[in-house]
Amino acid sequence: MDPYATLIQPFVEFGFMRRALVACLALSLGYGPVGVLLVLRRMSLLGDALSHAVLPGAAIGFTIAGLSLVVMSFGGFIAGLAVAVLSGLVARVTPQREDASFAAFYLISLALGVLIISIRGSNVDLMHVLFGTILAVDDTSLLLVVSIATLTLVVLAVIGRGLIVECFDPGFLRAVDGPGAILHFAFLVLVVMNLVAGFHALGTLMAVGLMMLPAAAARFWAGRITTIAATSSAIAFAAGYAGLLLSFHANLPSGPAIILVAGGVYIVSVVAGPCGSLRTRFLPRRHLEA
Amino acid sequence: MTAVFSLNDVTFGYDRHPAVHHLTGRFLAGSLTAVVGPNGSGKSTLLKGLIGLLSPLDGRLERNGVRQRDIAYLPQQAEIDRSFPISVVETVLLGHWRTIELFRPATRALWRQAEEALVAVGLDGFGRRPIASLSAGQFQRVLFARMLLQGCPVILLDEPFAAIDAKTTADLLAVVTRWHGERRTVIAVLHDLNQVRENFPDTLLISREPIAWGPTAEVLRAEHLFQAKQMAEAWDDRAEICRRSVG
Repeated sequence: MDPYATLIQPFVEFGFMRRALVACLALSLGYGPVGVLLVLRRMSLLGDALSHAVLPGAAIGFTIAGLSLVVMSFGGFIAGLAVAVLSGLVARVTPQREDASFAAFYLISLALGVLIISIRGSNVDLMHVLFGTILAVDDTSLLLVVSIATLTLVVLAVIGRGLIVECFDPGFLRAVDGPGAILHFAFLVLVVMNLVAGFHALGTLMAVGLMMLPAAAARFWAGRITTIAATSSAIAFAAGYAGLLLSFHANLPSGPAIILVAGGVYIVSVVAGPCGSLRTRFLPRRHLEA
Repeated sequence: MTAVFSLNDVTFGYDRHPAVHHLTGRFLAGSLTAVVGPNGSGKSTLLKGLIGLLSPLDGRLERNGVRQRDIAYLPQQAEIDRSFPISVVETVLLGHWRTIELFRPATRALWRQAEEALVAVGLDGFGRRPIASLSAGQFQRVLFARMLLQGCPVILLDEPFAAIDAKTTADLLAVVTRWHGERRTVIAVLHDLNQVRENFPDTLLISREPIAWGPTAEVLRAEHLFQAKQMAEAWDDRAEICRRSVG
């Protein structure tokens, strides 16, 4: 096996592979920190809920403008945001917890999405919304993905401290009259925005996988929040690269290939990572003096 | 003496049901007051009302020039995820939130103050450890260090010494005494009456309504304590509108 031919040549030879790789890199940069914050907030399943919530918006966009990336993305963004804001409001002003309100609104949204799609008749192109086709990323969608990644990193740089505090000790932020609610909603906007960026490349069902699996895996490799986020981005990009190659050589669909590689990294991390993995639990080294 | 909080027939509660009602009195600036009473007597609710996390159902509460950000509040159960990947000194540094807020840099001087606060609560050298590695008592010391940095003129503590050992309690009580010496207003919900008698000049005894409020020795008399025990804890779904309500 020629390493160059296996690992590099596909990207040199084919423009669609190059664009897919750049899309993966851009997605990974935003997904790392956002996914880690979701995990730390114990809202890992919220990403999943929001990714389903995007569906009716994308479907309405599709019925209006056909397979237009911009319109579908915009529709998805609005739908995801509506679910996030409504659930957040219910959780803040009533005693109901956020997981319940999110479940309620995303299920309504999902049912609405399925209804719209079935009324408009099944269309093969809509499979694209559900499962994405990273190998068909064109220049417009690449631009969208890269813009969202850039915006995400800028927003994180500006309000990162607030997001971490809101996540770590929300009661303290309330007590010092900090902008907890604003930060919380800003974070939800970031999550929805990034899922929309991912849905064209990976589909609404798969995008959240690239957000959560690396973030969940990274916790087993690092102990500080910044290094966990960086590790998560690195794992996401590595999974993207390896998944693309796997899909290219084995002729597999790219989205699931990428997510399954990330899943493999997660399982390896659970078993063998240096921080709190099964290995450290069941093969402990001798205890220290103090 | 100026009052930090003036309460005029104030009722705090949830969903129209009072947790503590018809409370009238003043917390004076620089006072050190223990709030005691049986479980469910409305002590925590009172603190939440004082800081403004809960609005009075009835009556009038005046915070005389005290803004919410002037109050440091230690809740009974902090909503803190103790496995969060953050270090001890970073947690303490949050006490400077009013200075740094979202955007301003945490300067070296602020970091040094955080380290000093750790020394003051007996956690010298713990700064770089992750909070996940601390015991419950050590973590309570961290939260006190954070309040030291907050430097607020008013400090509300909700059962700060529950499940804390004697040594830690003694160290943290010394911090409370130091605050009192600095003329800060401290209000603490406590259960250990001996601790209250030894360390707190003033006491408010409540049991869903005020029983006694004043110098500790007078408040913690046997008849008052007996009276506090007799109060009903009941939440009655069909309770009538309280006839003592004004208007």
